[in-house]
Amino acid sequence: MPEPLRILDPDGRLVAASPLDSAEIRRLYGAMVAARTYDRKCTALQRQGRLATYASFEGQEAAQIGTAAALRPDDWMVASYRDAAAMWFHGYPWLNLLLGRTGDERGGSPPEGVPVLPPSITVGAHMIHAVGLAWAATLQGEDRVAITYFGDGATSEGDFHEAMNFAAVYATPTVFVCQNNGWAISLPRERQTASATIAQKADAYGMPGVYVDGNDLLACHAAAADAAALARQGGGPTLIEAVTYRVGPHTTADDPGRYRTDDEVEEWRDRDPLERVRRHLEAAGEWDPAWQQQLEEEASADLEAAVAEAEELEPPGPGDVFGGMFADLPGHLAEQRRLLARDRGEG
Amino acid sequence: MAELNVAQALNAALDTALAADPQVMLLGEDVGRTGGVFRVTDGLQRKHGEARVVDTPVAESGIVGAALGLAIGGMRPVAEIQFLGFAYPGYDQLVSHVGRIRHRSRHRFTAPLVVRIPYGGGIGAAEHHSESTEAVFTHTPGLKVVVPSRPYDAKGLLLAAIEDPDPVVFLEPIRSYRAVREDIPDEAYTVALGEAAVEQEGGDVTIVAYGAAMRDARAAAADLAATGVGVDLIDLRTLVPLDAATVLESIEKTGRLVVVQEGHRTAGFAAELAALAAERALYSLAAPVERVTGWDTVVPLRRAEHHYIPDAARIMAAARRALDA
Repeated sequence: MPEPLRILDPDGRLVAASPLDSAEIRRLYGAMVAARTYDRKCTALQRQGRLATYASFEGQEAAQIGTAAALRPDDWMVASYRDAAAMWFHGYPWLNLLLGRTGDERGGSPPEGVPVLPPSITVGAHMIHAVGLAWAATLQGEDRVAITYFGDGATSEGDFHEAMNFAAVYATPTVFVCQNNGWAISLPRERQTASATIAQKADAYGMPGVYVDGNDLLACHAAAADAAALARQGGGPTLIEAVTYRVGPHTTADDPGRYRTDDEVEEWRDRDPLERVRRHLEAAGEWDPAWQQQLEEEASADLEAAVAEAEELEPPGPGDVFGGMFADLPGHLAEQRRLLARDRGEG
Repeated sequence: MAELNVAQALNAALDTALAADPQVMLLGEDVGRTGGVFRVTDGLQRKHGEARVVDTPVAESGIVGAALGLAIGGMRPVAEIQFLGFAYPGYDQLVSHVGRIRHRSRHRFTAPLVVRIPYGGGIGAAEHHSESTEAVFTHTPGLKVVVPSRPYDAKGLLLAAIEDPDPVVFLEPIRSYRAVREDIPDEAYTVALGEAAVEQEGGDVTIVAYGAAMRDARAAAADLAATGVGVDLIDLRTLVPLDAATVLESIEKTGRLVVVQEGHRTAGFAAELAALAAERALYSLAAPVERVTGWDTVVPLRRAEHHYIPDAARIMAAARRALDA
C-alpha cells in the first residue's frame, strides 16, 4: 500500500507545510465541531422518533469539510446521503438537511443560488450528474468545477465507470471524492475491490488519482485544492481517495456488531479527525476549552432553531405532492388529485 | 416548404433547434460523424460543431445521466439512444433521477431534456432492435412520452419537446422513418404535447393508435370507410400527458373502441385506454373494448415478426367484432 498524502500526523504535528493559515484552520475546525454536533443530534432525534432513518458521518468530517473548503462558492456539489457536512459547508442549510430527514421533500430545495443538489439516495448513480454539470459549465464558458462525493461501495457500481470515463474523455472539470470509510454496510473494503487502492483506478481512465489520509483536514484540503485548480485550468478530472472510517453504523437501522469488532472502531476513534486538528491548534496556543464550549453551544443553538423550524412547518399537502412533478400540472395529475380529494370526502 | 420523410423531418427539427438556441446540444452513440444509425442527425455535427453534436462512449446510463447534469446546468440536451432495446441501462437514470429531480428539489433543479429513442419492429432487425416497451416509460412518474407517426408531427412534436421545461422520452417509429413523405414548413413550428389528432371522423367506431401502428390503423380505417363504416381515427401523438378528453368524446359518439398498440399486451398502454373507457365512458359503450396488440412474447425475429406486429387485417377484424357486438 502506498503512503497516503499527509500533512498533519495523528498527533497533530505538521509533517509538511500547511496550506492554510491558523485563522482558516480555526474556521474549519469550528465547522467540523458544528458538523459533529449536527450528526449526533440527528442520531438522537432519530432515537426519539423525530427523524426518519439517519446515516451518520462521524469520523468523516475532515474528508468532507477539508475538500469542500477548497471550492469556490459557485462550484457545483453532488453528494450522497452521508455527506451532510460537505453540503452544509457549501451552503445547504441545516434546515433543508433536517427537513429531508423528517421526510419532507421541501428540504431538497436549497435557497436560490446554492449550487448543491439534494443528496442522492441511490448508490453511485449521481456521479455522472457532476460530470454533466461540469460539462455544462465549460460549454457555457464558465470556470466552475463540480465535485461529487461517494463511498467505497459506489466504486463497484457500473455508474462509477461511466462517470469516470465520460469525465476523462471530455476532460470535464469534475473532482471525484471517494470517502473510503472501510465499510459498505457489512461489506469490508477488501471485499469491494481487489485493487490495492481505489485511487489507482484513476490510472485506467487517464486521470490523476490521489491517495490521501481522509482524517487529515489539511491533506484533504490540499488534494481537493490541487484537483479544483487543475480542473479550472482545463486539466480535467481527478479522483481523490480519502481513506477514513465510518465510526457509526451504516444508518440508525444498522447493527455493526454483526460484522465488525468494537476494537476496530476504537482503533479508528483514536485517529479522530477533530482531535487531530484540536491537538495541532492547542500546541500552537490556538485552542482552549472555553472556545470549544463556545463552538459547541453555538452549533447546538443553530441546530435547535433549525429543528424547531422544521418541526413547526405544516406537512406538505396534496398540492405539493402532485404539483412537484412538472412545471405545469398536467390533466391526468389534476384528475388524480381530484380523486384523492373525493376519496377523502373533500371533493 | 419541402417534402420530407419522418427521419428528415426530425433532422430538420434538430437543425432548427441547434440554430435557434445555443443551449441545445445533441449527444449519443454515433450521432456525429455518421449521423446516427438511422441518419436522423446526418450532417448536424459538420454544421454545428463537435461541441454541440457529441459522439459519446457506448454507455446508455452515462448518456442519460450526463444529459441530466447538463440540463440542470442550463443546457438543453437532446440525447439519442440507438434502439429502445438498448435503453434499459439508461432507464435507471430516467426512473431514479431524471423523472424525480424536480419533485425531489421542489422545482429548484429541473431536467429540460429529451431522450430520443427509435422503437418498434417491422424491419427484420436483430434481437433487441424491435422493442415497443413504451409502457415502461408511461408507468414512470415525471416523464412525458411522445410518439409521432408522421413527418409533420415529428418535427413539430420534437421542437415542442425540446422547448418543454420537463423531460421527454421521444419514441421514433423505426419502420415509419422513411415510409411516408409530407410537405413540411421550413420554419420552426410546434405541435403541442398532450394533444391527440383526430385524423378521420365517423360515427360508428373509434380506432385509437399511435406511432408506427398508425399506418396500419389508417389503412384499416380507409378500408372500413370504403365499406360505409364511419371511423373516428385518433392518433394519440402524446401518451403522457394523455389527451383523455378527445378519446372520451369520440367514445361517447361511437360507442365502440378499438385500441391498437405494438407493445406487449399485459399492462400495455392499450389497457390504460380500456380502463379509461371503463371508468369514464362505460355507459356510452355498445360493445366490449377491443385491444389489438403485440403479444406477451419476445418480439420474434424477421421470419416470424409478422405474427407479432398488429397489422391492418387484425385491426379490421377487431373493428368488425366491435361493430357486430
